[in-house]
Amino acid sequence: MGGQDDDAAATPRAPELSDGDAELVEGLLDGSHRALARVITRIENRATGHRAIVAALHEHTGGADVIGITGSPGAGKSTLVDKLAAAYRERGDTVGVVAVDPSSPYTGGAVLGDRIRMGSNVGDMDVFFRSMSARGQLGGLSMATADAVKALDAFGKDVVIIETVGAGQNEVDVVRTADTVAVLVQPGSGDDVQTLKAGILEIGDVFVVNKADMDGAERTLAELEEMVHRREGPTVGLDAGHHGFDAPDHPDDPEGEVRDGDGERDDDESDSESPEWTPEVLRTVANTGEGVEDLIAAFDDHAAHLRESGEIETTKRRRYAEEIRTLVRSDVGALATEEIERRGGIDRLAEAVRRRDTDPYSVAAEVVAPIVDCVETGGE
Amino acid sequence: MSAEQEERAIRCLVAKVGLDGHDRGAHVIARAFRDAGFEVVYSGLHRAPDDIVQAAVQEDVDVLGISILSGAHNTLVPKVIEGLKEYDAFDDTLILVGGIIPDDDEAELKELGVAEVFGPGTPMAETIEFIRNNVPERT
Repeated sequence: MGGQDDDAAATPRAPELSDGDAELVEGLLDGSHRALARVITRIENRATGHRAIVAALHEHTGGADVIGITGSPGAGKSTLVDKLAAAYRERGDTVGVVAVDPSSPYTGGAVLGDRIRMGSNVGDMDVFFRSMSARGQLGGLSMATADAVKALDAFGKDVVIIETVGAGQNEVDVVRTADTVAVLVQPGSGDDVQTLKAGILEIGDVFVVNKADMDGAERTLAELEEMVHRREGPTVGLDAGHHGFDAPDHPDDPEGEVRDGDGERDDDESDSESPEWTPEVLRTVANTGEGVEDLIAAFDDHAAHLRESGEIETTKRRRYAEEIRTLVRSDVGALATEEIERRGGIDRLAEAVRRRDTDPYSVAAEVVAPIVDCVETGGE
Repeated sequence: MSAEQEERAIRCLVAKVGLDGHDRGAHVIARAFRDAGFEVVYSGLHRAPDDIVQAAVQEDVDVLGISILSGAHNTLVPKVIEGLKEYDAFDDTLILVGGIIPDDDEAELKELGVAEVFGPGTPMAETIEFIRNNVPERT
């Protein structure tokens, strides 16, 4: 999105960098791992000055393919990410990984265990693995993750992988900051597939049945296939009725060829009629690395599809719009919080409402009034 | 503009180095740290010093706790410290060693830059308190 640089004079100036932060940014762009790690910490802490850092990095981003991996706990995400990173390294790509783990809502503490699985890449500094905890930020997590991805992107990583547990809105928001999203399912999780329907199904560009050497893999594959095709459209949905659970639309194939047959058909579709992406359903055994090549091919296909159909620009624009909205909301919210303090604090206001001296709507209107004034008079 | 509240957490790497398969202690420590509100990255077993350095640098931890019960601390710990220096990460990382370390070795490790050595039976609260009081101030 370099086109916007031209009218930079008209756009608001970026927040100013302090000397130390400027050094940090310079170090990051120079390839210092320490500086990159530091920048991500600043981003995670929402430390003063982190905005200026991310602002300074923004123009250096856009080079990385960003892949999101989500799925239920124990589906094998970390192991698969490890194998993916190793495969990307083998073909010469550098990799960044952001692994998000939940933190305790009580103490804020967390054990970030995803790193244990990174056995294939230990000692390889060109795989930059970073664990992040949710830290209970409301909506801030996706912001922090997106900013961390920007740091890795600006550092020059070819591929950035975001890994997170697929439970709840927070995680869905996190993984939506990726260009390509893979949803991981383990065999025999019929009910899991059911729960996936709400929310997760819509965000998957690729579905992966991991641990495909286990019992029930074929059935899970078939269920996913059915769901993927049902989401294509109402007519197709009706048509998909014959995809019975016990009668998958392709014979069970112990060699793992399911994907190939499927992939060809998808190609035909996208070439001839519509640029719509039909999610692929693949199988992997992350432990042994089986199917990882195919998965990477699917990621590449999807990235190519995004570029060729021009969808990438729409997605990026939508994502940046969301980022701007989140930032503005949080800034305006902070202003409002200050105003609440000026009016004696939230407790006093709440007590007034309890005593029926006033009501919540009136209080809110009073708090926001100065902001409204500013906006309406067009002043600063 | 200070629109956002800073949300800082103490980040620790609990590391097992070398050919030492005893990680019960490391697990207990990791959980205690978590319950103290720290963010804990656990390295897993049998890590080489280089792996620990990589993890410590990338995760940008405030505290590196190395658990060694194999007796190889005099070989492994210096390597980790060397690595941290190489990445400019030594100065502001609090390095702790847990395990069975003879007194002479303890003095030597501290000379190298280990902040404290915690032997068997150290109350969890003591270690946590030590970290809280000594975690490097970063700006």
